[in-house]
Amino acid sequence: MVTALLDKESTEQISQTAVPLKMDNILKVNNLEIFYGEKRAVNGISMDIEKNSVTALIGPSGCGKSTFLRSINRMNDLIPGARAEGEIIYEDLNILSEQINVVALRKEIGMVFQKPNPFPKSIYENITHALKFSGTKKKSILDDIVQESLEKAALWEEVKDRIHKSALSLSGGQQQRLCIARTIAMKPTVMLLDEPSSALDPISNAKVEELIVELKKDYSIIIVTHNMQQASRISDKTAFFLNGDLVEYDFTGKIFTNPSVKKTEEYISGRFG
Amino acid sequence: MNSKTADRLATGVFVAIAIIIISILVGLFSFILVNGFKHISFEFLTTPSSNVMAGGGIRDQLFNSFYVLFITMLITVPLGLGGGIYMAEYAKPGKVTDIIRSCIEVLASLPSIVIGMFGLLMFVNLTGWGYTILGGALALTVFNLPVLVRVSEDAIRAVPRDLKEASLALGITHWHTIKTIIIPSAFPSILTGAILAAGRVFGEAAALLFTAGLSTPRLDYTNWNPFSEQSPLNIFRPAETLAVHIWSVNTQGLIPDVEEVSNGSAAVLVISVLICNLLARWIGSMIHKKITATK
Amino acid sequence: MEKVIPAKDRLLKSEKNWMNGELRGKILVILCAIIMISATISITIFLGTKGLQSFIKNGVSFIEFLTSADWNPTDKASPKYGVLPFIFGSFAVTFLAALVAAPLGIGGAIFMTEIAPSWGRKILQPVIELLVGIPSVVYGFIGLTVLVPFVREHVGGLGFSLLSGMIVLSIMILPTITTIATDAMSSLPKNLREGSYALGATRWQTIRKVLIPAALPTLLTAVVLGMARAFGEALAVQMVIGNVRDLPSSLLDASATLTTIITLNMGHTTYGSVENNTLWSMGLILLVMSFAFILLIRYLSSRRKM
Repeated sequence: MVTALLDKESTEQISQTAVPLKMDNILKVNNLEIFYGEKRAVNGISMDIEKNSVTALIGPSGCGKSTFLRSINRMNDLIPGARAEGEIIYEDLNILSEQINVVALRKEIGMVFQKPNPFPKSIYENITHALKFSGTKKKSILDDIVQESLEKAALWEEVKDRIHKSALSLSGGQQQRLCIARTIAMKPTVMLLDEPSSALDPISNAKVEELIVELKKDYSIIIVTHNMQQASRISDKTAFFLNGDLVEYDFTGKIFTNPSVKKTEEYISGRFG
Repeated sequence: MNSKTADRLATGVFVAIAIIIISILVGLFSFILVNGFKHISFEFLTTPSSNVMAGGGIRDQLFNSFYVLFITMLITVPLGLGGGIYMAEYAKPGKVTDIIRSCIEVLASLPSIVIGMFGLLMFVNLTGWGYTILGGALALTVFNLPVLVRVSEDAIRAVPRDLKEASLALGITHWHTIKTIIIPSAFPSILTGAILAAGRVFGEAAALLFTAGLSTPRLDYTNWNPFSEQSPLNIFRPAETLAVHIWSVNTQGLIPDVEEVSNGSAAVLVISVLICNLLARWIGSMIHKKITATK
Repeated sequence: MEKVIPAKDRLLKSEKNWMNGELRGKILVILCAIIMISATISITIFLGTKGLQSFIKNGVSFIEFLTSADWNPTDKASPKYGVLPFIFGSFAVTFLAALVAAPLGIGGAIFMTEIAPSWGRKILQPVIELLVGIPSVVYGFIGLTVLVPFVREHVGGLGFSLLSGMIVLSIMILPTITTIATDAMSSLPKNLREGSYALGATRWQTIRKVLIPAALPTLLTAVVLGMARAFGEALAVQMVIGNVRDLPSSLLDASATLTTIITLNMGHTTYGSVENNTLWSMGLILLVMSFAFILLIRYLSSRRKM
């Protein structure tokens, strides 16, 4: 009993406003504000991300959704002058804290970017590069993980005969699925997708969307998208952002058929943005 | 004169200027190569030089030029790369970075004779080494370093940002990303820049006059022990390079065939620099093709 | 997904995982940055103190040094250390070279960007690069064997003269001026030209009235950079200028510059002697002029931003 209490104390130091996590939430955002220097890009948003679901973030350009996404895996740290206040609770820890080892965090919260960015190496090496860095060295294990990740990304059949060829010889859609495979190989819990198919042709886009729906069985996915039809097709919950505010966050069905806030309705019906 | 005539006249002037520039180059190059070529023979390249008699070759000077270049690049390339990595990846905008940039600017614009004087002060007198290859290399490092820092920094900055982000997002540390993703991508540009810099160093003389000296001791080319006094690999010996040799035979020397020796040496120098330039260009275009072909 | 290790241990920073390659890498590159700063500082300090020796230790008068045209350090009775002729020579040859190279360089740049924008660059750019690649001793040597006799036969004087120095230097700084001038002209916004042509101006009028004034700050920077190079050039100038200690009275008179005197005399003066120390003082003047040029260029660059 006592030891359990002691454990709780030390974790409480990090998650100050320790609200007991709901069993099906993987992330809890509390009053998150993000600044670029003096300019505030995200204004005090709070939301819970459900486990094993697809959460879509929609809104016009510059509304803060990508900024928000990038704060979840601390990629905003790369931008000089960017700072975040508030909390994002993951596994009982506030991952915005100084104490967090971001390198380890990013293994659990992976990201796929808008423009496919495979390394100028072979397909095989693209996947093993990060694995080798984290300590997996044995070839047989690496081979297995490569195959498993490529299968999960629905790419294995297309490339199994040329996994040692350069990744740059793949088409745009294949490259993006490779980037997804590369992230899957790290066995993350959460996957952040920043407009993953906006640079792809419609057929590749469809394949990626299929993939995302499959992936939610094993991962929790947050996807930023400009494409409202995509959001309505594949997501379970949708959040509408406008000028740094979270305007409405609800089940996708409700957002797209009967939104509660007028602005949401205007955006959905194309009246602006 | 109406504006149409003025315009035509002006165009004529500009064309004339272009022609002048081209003819200067053609004139210089043909002079050097035509006059010099006939003096370059295997003998010329392998006979030791003479201070008073005709028939001297440039064997030692040629070797010295290459060896000094080699030692200089050995020091400058790692330092330049490190400096470039710092400026591109770690330096935060602010006072300290501005100071470093100013230092780079200052070092890059110092006249080479001033650098030679500093070398004389530090690496010849203060250390008590006298004229040495190492002293010359260190002096050359002073003005080669800013070039390589700039080359490295530019090459690293040119690596697309999303490559770096991809690596970091996978949970790879910054330094490992630099080592395994960024530097390999930037390598071709760095190589090109380094080769061009090497070309410039090869022809440098003023900085070496008072650091590597105007003479070469008797060398035994079969002696590969770098610690022996007669070994050409010994970096603590004086070493007159080819460029310095051209200067010294024309201003200090007494040899009767000064023109032949100078012409030959000048041709060798210019051809070497030309090869460096061409090599750099060739590598540059090969890389360019490789990158754009696979995309 | 079962996590065997608790989140605390996985995700928080610890002693162990900070002390890895990340720190090592950071230290390495910071070291390189420090080396550069210390190199600059030590050069300034060492050359500065050594350069001041002749005034502090040997009692040479600073004013006399800079303003007297009497250079006679070996006179046993009353050695004289006026370096005015050399200062004059340095400035003269620099300005004259700029006078020749600036129009040529800027003209070449305009040729590449305005007159023949499609193929001009392809021809002139390699030419310029090749000119840069010629070592300065080779310029000096050609000056010595070709230019000096030519001047002597066809123009007058000894051949060793300010004129020869000026010609050699102008060719040497031409690439510098041309390259920067070309950058200046090509980075002018397109609509500047289009606007002028739309108003019916000829190409020359556009160049003269619109483009050159717009690019002026950078063009000036190009010329100043060329001058800085010319001021510091030693060997090439030394081989053609004659190296006499009197003030030249015409272009055809031989002369000397700070750099040439240092080059010639450093070797055969004793380290520590007064004469040797004055050479170091001349070196200090060169160093100070380098800083002055850098400040001038920075000032010009900052004006461009307005």
